Amino acid sequence: MSLKLKALLKSPWVFHLSTGSCNNCDIEILDCLTPRFDIERFGMLLAGSIKHADVLLVTGSCNRMSVERMKELWEQVPKPCLVVAVGTCTASRGIFKDSYNCPVPLDKIIPVDVYIPGCPPKPEAIIAGVVKLIEKVGSGND
Amino acid sequence: MTREEVLLDFTSRFNDDIIDYYDKSGSRLYVTIKPESIVGIGTYLFRNMGARFNIASATDLPPNIEILYHFIVEDVNLIISLRVFLDRENPVVDSLAREIEACNWIEREMSELLGITFTGHPDPRRLLLADNWPECVYPLRQDYEEWDESADRTRGI
Amino acid sequence: MGRTVIPIGPYHPLQEEPEFFTLTVEGETVVDIDVRIGYNHRGIEKLSESKTFENSTFVVERICGICSTSHPFAYTRAVEDIFPMEVPVRAKYIRTIIAEAERIHSHLLWLGLAGHFLGYNTVYMWAWKLREEILDVMEILSGNRNNYAMFKPGGVRRDIKKEDIPVCLKKIDSILPTLDMLKKAVLDDPVLHARLKGVGVLTYQEAIEFSALGPTSRASGVARDVRKDSPYGAYREMEWEMIVTGNGDVFDKAVIRILEMFESVKILKYCLNRLPEGEIDANIEDVPPGEGIGHIEAPRGETFHFVKSDGTNRPLRHKVRAPTFMNLPTYKATVKGETISDATIILAAIDPCYCCTERLAVKDTKGKMLYDGTDLVRLSREKTERLKRRMGIR
Repeated sequence: MSLKLKALLKSPWVFHLSTGSCNNCDIEILDCLTPRFDIERFGMLLAGSIKHADVLLVTGSCNRMSVERMKELWEQVPKPCLVVAVGTCTASRGIFKDSYNCPVPLDKIIPVDVYIPGCPPKPEAIIAGVVKLIEKVGSGND
Repeated sequence: MTREEVLLDFTSRFNDDIIDYYDKSGSRLYVTIKPESIVGIGTYLFRNMGARFNIASATDLPPNIEILYHFIVEDVNLIISLRVFLDRENPVVDSLAREIEACNWIEREMSELLGITFTGHPDPRRLLLADNWPECVYPLRQDYEEWDESADRTRGI
Repeated sequence: MGRTVIPIGPYHPLQEEPEFFTLTVEGETVVDIDVRIGYNHRGIEKLSESKTFENSTFVVERICGICSTSHPFAYTRAVEDIFPMEVPVRAKYIRTIIAEAERIHSHLLWLGLAGHFLGYNTVYMWAWKLREEILDVMEILSGNRNNYAMFKPGGVRRDIKKEDIPVCLKKIDSILPTLDMLKKAVLDDPVLHARLKGVGVLTYQEAIEFSALGPTSRASGVARDVRKDSPYGAYREMEWEMIVTGNGDVFDKAVIRILEMFESVKILKYCLNRLPEGEIDANIEDVPPGEGIGHIEAPRGETFHFVKSDGTNRPLRHKVRAPTFMNLPTYKATVKGETISDATIILAAIDPCYCCTERLAVKDTKGKMLYDGTDLVRLSREKTERLKRRMGIR
């Protein structure tokens, strides 16, 4: 494993990107930071800028306008960067599959490392997802 | 004012503009009016009767496009819905947004989703759809068809 | 003085949803502001037309995660208005319970975020910790923390078990002392007074003009609340107060939300204590052709649904109007003339919810970028710090 990746896994900073979600996943992600779950204990921090981020948390069903911005952000993010798809919308677009404004699912646009299903996933599920991501990358079974 | 007084005042004042009148229940009233009188009636409801502008909803009903302007008179708990029918081939109606600021966004929305032209709208830009959305494709029309060839509809839950 | 354009968004930590503001400033003062939305537009109105009346409830639930009761509530009322029909009394009470619990969690969420923008991270953490208790109540009652799936046209989907009621009441009582402390901390804090009073004023006339809704209008002295104006659910049954203040500034909007939580607790406890026996579902069969309007008071203001049926099992047209759709344009009146450091909190004060607004529905500038979203939050916090120093508070 490269040094970069090893350092990344020690304390992954996440950037949160909403691509037309219903807010639920976003709120549950914020919930992870607050006292009951307090994900910052494990060194995870919500980064304000994409340029400081190691992990990209994507929520929402990828609508036409935000997909353009997402591609721009994906180019700006320092690599290696891991992508976590939070919620059913990002996995398959869920009930928004046939929507005229959500043409393409997330993993056809950028590579996804971990999916966290649920509508919305509970904070415990989000934490478990991130732990799985760290295990997966850490063990080298990429 | 009571509900009856509001109704009487409204119907006697705009007798010539009203085509049809449907008193559905205690708090719902549907009034079909001539499209050219929407600005006059809407402004009167808003300014003189103290009604709040709720929203407008447009429906594609071939061969027409129907717009319902919903106003609520809060004191008597009455929602007055003004109905206008426009020609589907060329839907044009006067803009209420010049008189009532609250109509601004919804008229922008209706014009991009259903292709209705609001003459005299102060800010006729796009509101919701992406910049690369093609012109003259209106998603809320009945005959909307997928235009984007890259769209992938194969995967669901 | 030269003018500078500051782009905010679409992705920045100011809010968790994407939206793109353009602030035009002269020196420190905002002279013009424009917004571009559409980053959340998902075509829900069109999707709803392809679902049956019952299934549409789940679609509208996913318009917004924070208002996942308000939209189904308004939608089911719109469908019931097509008949028109009444739902059983027990169902009305259950609906009211869920709606009020949602109001508390939504207001706490806003309070936390507002504290965060002002540099009061303690308020943020306390408020969100309290919110967990309400989410627990929701989980007990509905089985999920969000997206409760409790509503269906004609009634509710799930009954409240008798043995759950004392547990919920205990949880609700347990938040009251902390809520009281938060209320005192906000209302009696001299720094917050200095920071928020007279900032971002929406006058009475402007509130009428923009048809502002909910706490945004009530802060400007417009006594407007669907729960009082056209009572639905069980709101007619009990005594509760509509909180109205007159200044229209950010402080008043905060005060209204805080005081409203106490009213909600009152309503919630009344309903849980006096939950009547009986059916929970009217078991409606076919929806007749016609039109129906349903409107309810969501935490942010009136949510309005219009459903048109042609006698088939799907809606012919379903129009959704969320409160932010009417509240957001008030930024034209409130932000102009204020300083950049106040712009964040003024925009946050209406409790904007873009996913609702667009239901159906860190730009890389080539030019010089002065501030991004992080800087705006920082500016806002620095102003609070300056005020604290000036007032001799540590």
